[in-house]
Amino acid sequence: MSNSTEAGGSPARSLRERFPLLSIIAQRMVLSLILLLAVSALIFGGVEALPGDFASTYLGQSATPEAVANITAELGLDRPLVTRYFDWLGGVLQGDFGTSWASRNSVSEQVGNRLGNSLFLAAFAAVIAVPLAICLGMLSVHFRDRIPDKIINVISLAAISLPEFFVGYLLILYFAVNFGIATFPATVYQGMGFMERLQTIALPTATLVLVVLAHMMRMTRAAILSVMSSAYMETAELKGLSGWRAIVKHAAPNALAPIINVVALNLAYLVVGVVVVEVVFVYPGMGQYMVDAVTVRDMPVVQACGLIFAAVYILLNMVADILAIIANPRLRHPR
Amino acid sequence: MRLREIPITAWVGLFGIALALFCALFAPWISPYGETEVVGNVWQEADAQFFFGLDNLGRDILSRLIFGARTTLIVALAATVISFSLGIILSFTAAVSGGLVDTVFSRFNDLMMSIPTLIFALVVLAVLPQHLIVLILVMAILDSTRVYRLGRAVALDVAVMEFVEAAKLRGEGKIWIIFREILPNTLSPLLAEFGLRFAFAILFLSTLSFLGLGIQPPTADWGGMVKDNKDGIIFGIPAALVPGTAIAALAVCVNLVVDWLLKRTSSLKGGRGDA
Repeated sequence: MSNSTEAGGSPARSLRERFPLLSIIAQRMVLSLILLLAVSALIFGGVEALPGDFASTYLGQSATPEAVANITAELGLDRPLVTRYFDWLGGVLQGDFGTSWASRNSVSEQVGNRLGNSLFLAAFAAVIAVPLAICLGMLSVHFRDRIPDKIINVISLAAISLPEFFVGYLLILYFAVNFGIATFPATVYQGMGFMERLQTIALPTATLVLVVLAHMMRMTRAAILSVMSSAYMETAELKGLSGWRAIVKHAAPNALAPIINVVALNLAYLVVGVVVVEVVFVYPGMGQYMVDAVTVRDMPVVQACGLIFAAVYILLNMVADILAIIANPRLRHPR
Repeated sequence: MRLREIPITAWVGLFGIALALFCALFAPWISPYGETEVVGNVWQEADAQFFFGLDNLGRDILSRLIFGARTTLIVALAATVISFSLGIILSFTAAVSGGLVDTVFSRFNDLMMSIPTLIFALVVLAVLPQHLIVLILVMAILDSTRVYRLGRAVALDVAVMEFVEAAKLRGEGKIWIIFREILPNTLSPLLAEFGLRFAFAILFLSTLSFLGLGIQPPTADWGGMVKDNKDGIIFGIPAALVPGTAIAALAVCVNLVVDWLLKRTSSLKGGRGDA
């Protein structure tokens, strides 16, 4: 991620020297906050600056000049951009994302219901994918350049190239239609039992796991391999440690920081991968909501969803950076 | 480079890419039916006449697959070429200039990359008119951020070498240094990256089309064909899986070739994109 190496002003110096770790973490957090603010401006302002007249798009065929003027005034589009941005931002900070143009419902209400569903799906996939990927990665290193490693390598290379929707439909065709052991579409509703819910989202979860697993595994393998080629690993080998013991006791702790980074990056990827998977499985989450809104050009919804997805993504990246700094003391003293 | 040294996996990859290119180039001559021609019943099963069966409107899937190769390859290739030119030129300029230019470019790039590509594309496509050029440009600009990051890292390594210093001292301009000194020396890792970005562009385009925001019907395109036929899945009709397999196969082929290129250049500083 971005390297934050700028030094602060002189009054902060003494504080920084006393709590180097805390101050770096605080610095990362402030940086992420600034980034989020810039992203919100980009999503709101950038979108408004692009060509394309909302009002005429919104009206479609019936866009007479009077109707356009009416709708422009009704949606508040006649006010200056900066005013509207700060109004919007103020609302967002209070949890109010405005009203949908298409349905005239509160966006926040919809988002509230759906965000939980999406996060639940992503979290469930992560719980399965992360340990599996790390184990496979270590296995692959242990058997490197031998048959198991080569098999894992080819399969994961193929899996990286599969689009999410292809995996999804393949699973639906076999497990839901041909064998009838899974449910499709994956409709969840409020008040659904926990086990029942897990059963319903089995296929979307499996899709997400398959998509993210290969990526995470390959990156884990690369991270461990780069540690394996270092001098202390040679020493461990020369003093007669068994291969497995050397990996667990010497390589793994040093590969921790890059692996944490890999995991967090892939979690961030998972949050985005949710979009396509939700559409495939007709799952009532944020991704489906956003895609529907984009199709009908429902801007308040698109902006709200875009901002939330970006926020989750930035947050996960920030956590990755901070964990990496904690795991690897060398990162605490930027050059 | 000897032909025998190319591993079998790379041959498979090259063959797949060549096949797709052949379909794309000669689509009107080798496809049995027209791109939008209705030739039979909805979702008619595959038989000797219709190799993959018919789609949701009774069009021949094989013919649409062949025409789809054309659309998918052209759009993905155009997006990758533009994204690459943009990313390389900006990143090399940043690396050669340094200072303020570098800081501004890189910070802006960080900002662009802090929004997930798909989400960014969805937000932007919600506003822009549906047009092929717009689609290609959006894909290219979003993807160029990844190229920029790699390009800058690679170029910074070369920019501090003596021969660049020598070129600067004898008074060559920035353009000369970028194209005559840095570019030739960073070509290998960049070539692998190009393949990787191309594979990603194919997947990205297919995803957008699948979501209904990419290529608009009735033009055939692999992602859009999956979308058209997805409702058949519930009835056990695998029509949607045929174009899906084509996308996956092409992406696998490109990745196989990239893998081989990366192995060849692994001594040089290169990196896999984070897609």
